[in-house]
Amino acid sequence: MKDRFNLYRYASPATFYPLAGRMIPYFAALSVLFGLAGLYLGMLVAPTDFQQGEGYRIIFIHVPASWMSMFIYLVMAFWAAIGLAFNTRLSGMMAQALAPTGALMAFLSLWTGALWGKPMWGAWWVWDARLTSELILLFLYIGFMALTAAIDDPKRADKAGGLLLLVGVVNVPIIYFSVKWWNTLHQGSSVNLTKSSMAQTMLWGMLLMALCFWMYSIAVALLRARTIMLERERHTDWVKAELAGVER
Amino acid sequence: MIYWNSLSDFLAMGGYGFYVWGSFGVTVLIMALEPIMAARTQKLTIARLKRQLRAENRNTAE
Repeated sequence: MKDRFNLYRYASPATFYPLAGRMIPYFAALSVLFGLAGLYLGMLVAPTDFQQGEGYRIIFIHVPASWMSMFIYLVMAFWAAIGLAFNTRLSGMMAQALAPTGALMAFLSLWTGALWGKPMWGAWWVWDARLTSELILLFLYIGFMALTAAIDDPKRADKAGGLLLLVGVVNVPIIYFSVKWWNTLHQGSSVNLTKSSMAQTMLWGMLLMALCFWMYSIAVALLRARTIMLERERHTDWVKAELAGVER
Repeated sequence: MIYWNSLSDFLAMGGYGFYVWGSFGVTVLIMALEPIMAARTQKLTIARLKRQLRAENRNTAE
């Protein structure tokens, strides 16, 4: 009974706020560590790719950014579902906090993809299923942010935004499976844990970079979530106490 | 252990320098600016909320 009570306790902004504040430095430090290790392996140690030459090294950021852009959207849709079903305060704040990071990850995926595509395919952009669905993902992020920013009442903004997120979630499997479902120019996945087509150092470099992007996203989202919590809960006693505490 | 023979080799990226550094440059820029901007927003928000709270307390005291 006591455990269940604790779980609910951390879902309340008043307890989540200081907890998030304590966790941010650890996630930030881990992100830097994983990033340095990943760049070391990927940029300095890993051998060249026999087909793509040194241009392949772009995938060390392209693949983690693409993964995060899809995963962050799924997490936002998860919070939207929780928020719509149980009317929890925290869920709307979490979706709001994640959206800019997700949008930036989708942008980075497209940007690095274009810089990879130009030398490899001879085109910055093609209307290929993978690329087009990723572009739609970027528009979904921007649409979510614009829609929620246009509605003054946070509760109604969360509801409208949540619906958009849940409808748009259909796009994520489309992105993921697009290389299998359609004849796309975009290549299939190179990462496979059992039988990978990549050299060991390349695989480790990419996994470390993915961990770096994970830790980065968590740290920035928590930072943004804290600001949103203060703003939305400004009339509550805990925020007033918190602000008085910052004063000292 | 290190794959490259020289710094200029590393920077040239086998002729893909523009594309590789264009990718990493923008990524590093964004991943540096986003936390800085989020931290700045937090600072400004806290300052504004504190001002509002002080004004509120003055009004109730009067």
